[in-house]
Amino acid sequence: MGVALKALLWRDIALARKGGGGLGAALSFILAVVVLVPLSIGPDLNLLARLAAGLMWLSLLLAVLLTADRIFQQDLEDGTLDVMTMSAVPFELVALVKTIAHWLTVSLPLALIAPPLGLMLNLDVAALPVLWLAMVTGSFALSLLAALGGAITAGLRRGGLLISILILPLYIPVLIFGVSATSMMMGPQSAVPSLLILLAITLVCLVISPLACAAALRAYLR
Amino acid sequence: MFKGLVLEARSLACERGGRLIFKDLDFAIKGGEGVELRGPNGAGKSSLLRLLAGLNKPAAGTLTLTGASHEDRASEAHYIGHHEAVKPALSVRENLEFWTSFLGGESSANFTAFRLEKLTEDEARYLSEGQRRRLALSRLVSVPRPIWLLDEPTVGLDQAALADLRRETEAHLAQGGIVIAATHADLGLKSIRTLEIKRAA
Repeated sequence: MGVALKALLWRDIALARKGGGGLGAALSFILAVVVLVPLSIGPDLNLLARLAAGLMWLSLLLAVLLTADRIFQQDLEDGTLDVMTMSAVPFELVALVKTIAHWLTVSLPLALIAPPLGLMLNLDVAALPVLWLAMVTGSFALSLLAALGGAITAGLRRGGLLISILILPLYIPVLIFGVSATSMMMGPQSAVPSLLILLAITLVCLVISPLACAAALRAYLR
Repeated sequence: MFKGLVLEARSLACERGGRLIFKDLDFAIKGGEGVELRGPNGAGKSSLLRLLAGLNKPAAGTLTLTGASHEDRASEAHYIGHHEAVKPALSVRENLEFWTSFLGGESSANFTAFRLEKLTEDEARYLSEGQRRRLALSRLVSVPRPIWLLDEPTVGLDQAALADLRRETEAHLAQGGIVIAATHADLGLKSIRTLEIKRAA
């Protein structure tokens, strides 16, 4: 079973590397936010610094959402998922490994790149490490929830809008605790509780998302 | 290699989209038997294959497989459907090696049975329909599984590839495997049973 899952992980990473993952589009989205926001709200540095962390979280959230429809749709259309159900590997693990591949190829790179880009919005340099930590933790939850949306809409043409409507409410806790970890109004220590809650959210998603993805995809295979 | 295999269906019924496709289907297929499913379009040949592959649940009746190493019918069977499960961005080698390790674990990819040796490094997007079909069929010979479920396996194949398919199918039957194929073309096997499927009224 380990061999099968490793093969699946490498295959999905290879497919993403060959241009199917959507990292480029997602990254351009974040860049567009970083470039356009100062132009739209004006060059008030204090205001920008207050907004920076929140804006980076928001753009990360939406950028990950942009790529959600790619996680399962192709595999459903070309019959890959049919064959994948016919093995000793539990389908839930297939969903989980595909989600991990999405995290490694899209959400994690974005979470690593976004905080430095925040400096263009006058983000406080002292807040950078916490923002990094929070985004790397939260990005896994974002991938898990994106996979859920991708699985539910995998059989629908133009499911993108539906994904946003279904998944954005679930992103709200990640957004709230992600931003509160980085606001640090009471010094660096105040970030810890929020980071722990963010970690807890990620772990809850880790349990629920593969089960829900597998159930949604099975319904399409019928 | 596969001994004492029996695939048995009792009063099997299949429903798609709320409509009954067939009902009261009974058959028993023993190891070494090849079966051709016959019936008009829409009679439920593909649906029956998906039932047997475990991709669908029967509306009524039972399906049992005895004599296999696993209880689970799906992981004892290969299913080659209309969709080939081939990734255009990956090479022929990457495609087949992925499926071999995903489905089989330690078995090794077989590129020779369907003469793909010269194409291994080509990206699958450049394959013709027949070549893509041959790549999908190569899963059958790369990972040994007792039951082959083939949905229109001959589509797009040239004479040489048809002969390859015939040879591999005969070899599989000789080992005691089961082959069930839905096809309008003649596979040209030496001994084959036909199973007629009639539409439910």
